[in-house]
Amino acid sequence: MITVNTREQAYQAGMTVRDLLDRNQFTFRHIIVRVNGEYVPEEQYDKAPVRDGDDVLVLHLMAGG
Amino acid sequence: MRQILKEYTYTPATIQRGYSGKSLYLNVSDLRMEEKVVTEFMKEKFIGGKGFDLWYLWQAVTPETRWDSPENEIVMSVGPLGGITQYSGTGKTLVCAISPMTGIPIDSNAGGYFGPLLKFSGWDALELQGKTEKELVIFIDGNKGLIQFCDAEGLPEDSHLLAEELTRNYAESEEDQVNVSVVSSGSAARNILYGMLNFSFYDPRRKVVRFKQAARGGLGTIMLDKGIKALVVRYKGIKGNTNNPADVATLNRIGVKYHKEMHDLDEKQNGMRKIGTANTILVMNQYDLLPTRNFQTGGDPAAVNISPKVFIEQYLTQGIHDGCWYGCTMSCAKTADHFRLLTGPYAGACVTVDGPEYECVAGLGSNLGIFDPRAILEENFYCDTYGVDLISFATTVAFIMECYQRGQISREQMGGLDLAFGNSDAVLELLHQMARGEGFGPIAGLGIRRLKKLFAEQFGSDPALLQDIGMENKGLEYSEYCHKESLAQQGGFALTNKGPQHDEAWLIFMDMVNNQIPTFEDKAYALYYYPMFRTWFGLCGLCKLPWNDIVPADNYKTETPAKVPEHVQNYVDIFNAVTGKSIDKEELILQSERVYQFQRVFNIRMGKGLREHDYAPYRSLGPVSSEEYLSRQELYDRQLREKQGLDPAAMSLDEKIATTRAYREQQFELLMDAVYKRRGWTENGVPKPEHLREIGMDLPMLLEVIEPHL
Repeated sequence: MITVNTREQAYQAGMTVRDLLDRNQFTFRHIIVRVNGEYVPEEQYDKAPVRDGDDVLVLHLMAGG
Repeated sequence: MRQILKEYTYTPATIQRGYSGKSLYLNVSDLRMEEKVVTEFMKEKFIGGKGFDLWYLWQAVTPETRWDSPENEIVMSVGPLGGITQYSGTGKTLVCAISPMTGIPIDSNAGGYFGPLLKFSGWDALELQGKTEKELVIFIDGNKGLIQFCDAEGLPEDSHLLAEELTRNYAESEEDQVNVSVVSSGSAARNILYGMLNFSFYDPRRKVVRFKQAARGGLGTIMLDKGIKALVVRYKGIKGNTNNPADVATLNRIGVKYHKEMHDLDEKQNGMRKIGTANTILVMNQYDLLPTRNFQTGGDPAAVNISPKVFIEQYLTQGIHDGCWYGCTMSCAKTADHFRLLTGPYAGACVTVDGPEYECVAGLGSNLGIFDPRAILEENFYCDTYGVDLISFATTVAFIMECYQRGQISREQMGGLDLAFGNSDAVLELLHQMARGEGFGPIAGLGIRRLKKLFAEQFGSDPALLQDIGMENKGLEYSEYCHKESLAQQGGFALTNKGPQHDEAWLIFMDMVNNQIPTFEDKAYALYYYPMFRTWFGLCGLCKLPWNDIVPADNYKTETPAKVPEHVQNYVDIFNAVTGKSIDKEELILQSERVYQFQRVFNIRMGKGLREHDYAPYRSLGPVSSEEYLSRQELYDRQLREKQGLDPAAMSLDEKIATTRAYREQQFELLMDAVYKRRGWTENGVPKPEHLREIGMDLPMLLEVIEPHL
């Protein structure tokens, strides 16, 4: 299992940050990703691994019009 | 030139540290003009902008005042930071009055040049009181120190023609048109209750008059009811230091830093310079937040037809600076130029359409089941020139369409209009009926609260269903987000001072997606901090968008990225640099809270502002109909299991809907309790005297109002 924004989700072997974003349909561009507290730059989403037990935060930065 | 009925001269005050120190009172009943002194008390407790508006409005009205009472005032003020040119979004005028929609103070803000030009003409605020049969144009010349009440006879009705003619008339040359700003409404505002105000600015690149709107709450209806056809201000001589700031070097430094961020990051972040706030249409659709068919669902596959790409590639002029005040590099006030109208009195004309903004595309588009960008732009144009608040219009029409869909009203009862979801021809005809004062137009112009009563009493509609699906709170229509899966945003709309407008708090991502505020206390904190922080923009004459629609590249490193701490510090520094004061970010919140609590007590003074007035329609909280439940059955069934420990497989659909409703309504009650506590209010929503004392707002006039409610 992993947690995404404090909610539990199933872990999938070999998954990357990009896979996680796709699975959750997190399509908003203006986000901050942290895996176990470590910031992941956007250019690393395709390669950055998500491992079983990881705590992932995907903060959507939008506070309205 | 127009016939002058009365003329006054004055000596324009010099602006010092953001304030002229004077305000202008005009009474149209007897064409009277008075100068008032802006006191240190006002600056300390109310700052400016909406604060000054509410302060003057309180003096002008009584608890018996109604929107069309002569003593009701329209008050405008730009605030101490208004008109600086070093930072983005610094030309906002705040407008307040007792609203025809709600019976309590409405506050609405607009870009355009009027507010800054008014201040540079020597006036920190403008009060308009009285009523006249003979319609007027009021002209203020800030260079000559001249105020004229003029006959409005023979002028066009609709804003795009009216403002163009007045701009040309009052400018001293073609080049001088940039120094003129007009406030006007349009023909529909005479026949509906949610008429709005257009604030103009002349665009020398396109050579057209353009508009931003103080749209909410019926301000245009009030202005025309007073007999004021238009306000015109002219001031020539704007410079970077016209506010005479205490520390212009700091202003320049912060401005340069911000403009660099805008230049480097906008394209990577929100693309405000290409399409403005409508950049979020597909985002809202993908996250189930785009209101569709009266907020029944949060998206539709057809939304791709009204995507930013479509507007950018087919309609919106690109590559031109589009700020609605000098110095704004966010430049989000986009236009569709050379747009040929197909309907109405101006069919065949090529016009410039200001917009569309997000609220327009969502409101006049998806929420009406319309996914035709051309139709949306035509609706956008006519709402603007007719003086119609497009949010109230859109949400009201969405309600009518659902009533029709569910057999609560008939086509005959709508005067033959086929207001079915998706029928843009019928929507445009309804707008034209509003402008002509004919048919179903004026009825739809009453707004949802009055329509619920009318439909039930005259058409035999089911009042309980109308209550559930009529998206209004306090009498004001909701703005355009499908927010039923965010408890915090349910409060962000309903637990507001003026009614459900998103300018107090937009917490949906923080709550629903990021899960950053899971507890009631967390949500209550967010519903304290964000409304207070965002109120401050309205005190100072600022636009909210530059705060967080672009953020510093290293914002991710901060502990509270949602607050955008560096930009908060920018605002603290700018305020100090203009006014010479020395506030910090905590004092900034206190400045706002004093005015926020004042407005809450003002509502109580007007017979509202209590817990009973804060309840939301159930459509805001959860699925009303079986179709809504079934559209997200997996989610709702999971919530029954996880949040209530129930087995949805053992329940009928009706039972599931009823159980979900009982749970969600209870959650909303608990949210109200937590928010009231955090805001220092009693369980009935009344600010406590000790809390007012703590924040330095225990004014006897406020204590007198709340005392009977304690």
